[in-house]
Amino acid sequence: MSSKNDSEVPRKPKAGVSRRGFIGVAGIGGGVLGAGILEKPALAAPPTGGQLAGPGPVPITLKINGKPQTLTVEPRVTLLDALRNYLDLTGAKRVCDRATCGACTVILNGKSVYSCTVLAIDAQGKDIQTIEGISNDKPHPVSVAFVNNDGQQCGYCTPGFVMAAKAFLDHNPSPTYEDVKEGLCGNLCRCGTYVGVRQAVLEAAKEMKGGRHA
Amino acid sequence: MPDYSWPPMDKRRVIGKPTLRRDGLEKSTGKAKYSSDEKPPGMLFGALLTSPHAHARISSIDTSEAEHMDGVKAVRVITPAGQEVQWEGTEIAAVAAVTEELAQDAVRKIKIQYEVLPHLVREDDLAKAGNRAKAAGEQVTGDPDKAFQEADAVSEGTYGIPVITHCCLESHGNIVQWDGDKVNLWPSTQNVPGIGGSLGKSLEVPIANVHTEMQFIGGGFGSKFDADRWGAEAGRLSKASGGKPVKLFLDRATELQIAGNRPSAFAQIKVAAKSDGTITAWQSTSWATGGMGGGGMPPIPYVFTEIPNKRLNHTAVAINAGGARAWRAPNHPQASFLTCAALEDLAAKLKMDPLVLFTKNADYTARAGVYRAQFQKAAEIMEWSKRWHPRGEGKGPVKQGLGLSLNTWGGGGHASQCRTTINPDGSVVVEICTQDLGTGTRTVISMVAAETLGLPLGAITLRIGNSDYPPDGASGGSTTVGGVSSSTRKSSVNALEKLFASVAPALGVPPDQLVAVDGRIQVKDDPSKSLPWQDACRKLGTGKISEMGENNPRNPGGLMSSGVGGVQMADVSVDTETGIVKMNKFVAVQDCGLIINPRTAESQIHGAVIMGVCGALYEERIMDQQTGKHLNADMEFYKLAGIADIGEIVVHLDIAPEHDKRGVIGLGEPPVIGPIAAISNAVANAIGVRVPHVPLTPDRVLAALEGRNA
Repeated sequence: MSSKNDSEVPRKPKAGVSRRGFIGVAGIGGGVLGAGILEKPALAAPPTGGQLAGPGPVPITLKINGKPQTLTVEPRVTLLDALRNYLDLTGAKRVCDRATCGACTVILNGKSVYSCTVLAIDAQGKDIQTIEGISNDKPHPVSVAFVNNDGQQCGYCTPGFVMAAKAFLDHNPSPTYEDVKEGLCGNLCRCGTYVGVRQAVLEAAKEMKGGRHA
Repeated sequence: MPDYSWPPMDKRRVIGKPTLRRDGLEKSTGKAKYSSDEKPPGMLFGALLTSPHAHARISSIDTSEAEHMDGVKAVRVITPAGQEVQWEGTEIAAVAAVTEELAQDAVRKIKIQYEVLPHLVREDDLAKAGNRAKAAGEQVTGDPDKAFQEADAVSEGTYGIPVITHCCLESHGNIVQWDGDKVNLWPSTQNVPGIGGSLGKSLEVPIANVHTEMQFIGGGFGSKFDADRWGAEAGRLSKASGGKPVKLFLDRATELQIAGNRPSAFAQIKVAAKSDGTITAWQSTSWATGGMGGGGMPPIPYVFTEIPNKRLNHTAVAINAGGARAWRAPNHPQASFLTCAALEDLAAKLKMDPLVLFTKNADYTARAGVYRAQFQKAAEIMEWSKRWHPRGEGKGPVKQGLGLSLNTWGGGGHASQCRTTINPDGSVVVEICTQDLGTGTRTVISMVAAETLGLPLGAITLRIGNSDYPPDGASGGSTTVGGVSSSTRKSSVNALEKLFASVAPALGVPPDQLVAVDGRIQVKDDPSKSLPWQDACRKLGTGKISEMGENNPRNPGGLMSSGVGGVQMADVSVDTETGIVKMNKFVAVQDCGLIINPRTAESQIHGAVIMGVCGALYEERIMDQQTGKHLNADMEFYKLAGIADIGEIVVHLDIAPEHDKRGVIGLGEPPVIGPIAAISNAVANAIGVRVPHVPLTPDRVLAALEGRNA
């Protein structure tokens, strides 16, 4: 996974990276965060070189699944809450709400991120791909593979897993079984579907080799 | 009475065939709408103010500032001044506002003063429990004193299993709209048919006026049966804001603090045996908590209930922490761990293979033949006899070990009604007010209807999750599959009999000479005389067939059954330098009657084993006595196993005529009972010493290796 010009975007660990390390990155977040949630004006210093937004609702435009969508949200609203509460895109789920479980995974500029820990205003100008956008005329091979291998039970973690798996396969088209275990370690399931998930990702890798899906 | 019995194994065309779950693609494409995804028009967002203290009296509460905020539509005090809160997370006030951000801001504007009171939040050291400990009376069977005196060997140990939470990924909550005298409820529940009654009672609204709808639920595991206080408050907020729907779901911290947990269990256990391994006596002093209500004694000695001499003492400890709820196989995982660990320690003391000791004493159980056969099967898959070694005999810093355990559970089928409708155009609709927890209930109901009507799965339109449909029961105790399969079988047989009556004249035979097979209605033993399903249904003219079927939990027809056994084996590696335990392989052999869908049955066992790995190695509610706080009410320090942590899992479903003839038996609970015991035993076998308390975290493993068990 390459990382250029995106140090402000909290990325998911590819392999073995501690969640704590990740949270450290997330904490750098946006300088504008303070304006929304901190009540003491002294703490809300404007970020260097940036523009001060808020604390009230501001109009923003997000490019979601290829289409620009305009909405008005407070700067503190996360990408996840913008998707769920303002745009009715509810495939991404809010579970831990602090970048641990991966149920909120979306793909931002080609990389999987925890959308609960990205501010909606920071996602402007980036390509946001959600579970609703990966299946077109027919279901995405990753979604199909999760069904074929029964990689889901209650299904609440599943959209996040599917998005994490898609991003993983986009960067690692020919993973081994061990690669899959490392690559999907940023998502948690409570029903215990990992046996099916591991098989599903391997099956999807084979299916996607034909290059029929971007 | 029509013949409802299941078709013979070799005649089944749908039942027993591994079948993909019907709602799989809805879930894996993100289209499935859970109640927490719903947004009925005009919906307001609710937020809760909860207690930061484990024990306190509310001195004053002032909601005026919150009430006057723009966008705030209703504020309610749940726990008024003067009342005490008994655990952190207790609901104190609730707010409804036009955005979630505003609702949370309004909660912060509520001014509240607490008088902090003394608390107890830990029960692991019984000596510190003081007057919070309440002893149950001693239970004695036989003559334990004499048996211990005469024993060839006595093994003693201390064992502990902490409180763990359900940690449902979809938190507890509801959307409630209380409009006039009607209430619309979108819950996250294991109990679609019954939750309306629970909410109606709280709101003093007739049950018939509560309409419930839920298509998907993000986990329950025994914790989601009632509307709860937060459900009732969502209703009251809705009424106070003029009948707008109010969404109130718990945040993650509150979910872990108050939405249910599994009671702990600690015990000092002494077991006596003859030198040949025959167990002669059991003595245990146990204690547990499930919150302010204390905690009951797990059923120990587990499964080996007929040990002739026993002395049992148990103490319930009341602590200031959120209360227990049913947790997948209530009390059984604790009992299995305490018993199987104590017996494995006894085997080690006798220098015996525990497989030999468990098998030898199987006559103390209710199903000796089943367990002996299962131990043999599991041992074969695990290559136990070749790979097992006496405790701690591995070389090098990484030690490998094997462990085993067993389980038992009831099952049966809850009361259930189902309606099967056959329309003149050939379409079939099955309606039942049940819920699919992710166990595969939708798929199972469809398979039973398809099998019965001789149709492919896709021909069945299934409607569930709505209180307008015939009532099923709550999904608890592994009773759902027994209930829904029986009621669906009956309603579908009843509907088919009506269809046969309409079709019989055209085929020139009495109705009882007809069968439905491969999409046709045909004369028994004469496939040349038949009608395609569509043509047969056209004979109905303009009428349709709509027939009910009912499962009676007392099970007069024998379509389902209860009472199962299972055994499990774990293979682990333990790094004695870091204390890290790694799962290599896990084997689960499970007796489960007639399996309708082997595909989802296997997934259920995989899931149960993985949940057990979580409990054995990672999960623990950590309470701080100094502050009274739940330290890990989150998901970064309340640890669950990840995809790389579970090793290989091998499931053996005992599908055989002698089990099949018993009928359908639920599988949700039994396989989750044994993993903690099996893994703890495998670690003891690997490192040569018992780690007394689970989860088997590196610090505990290292402490045990250094002899710091006390």
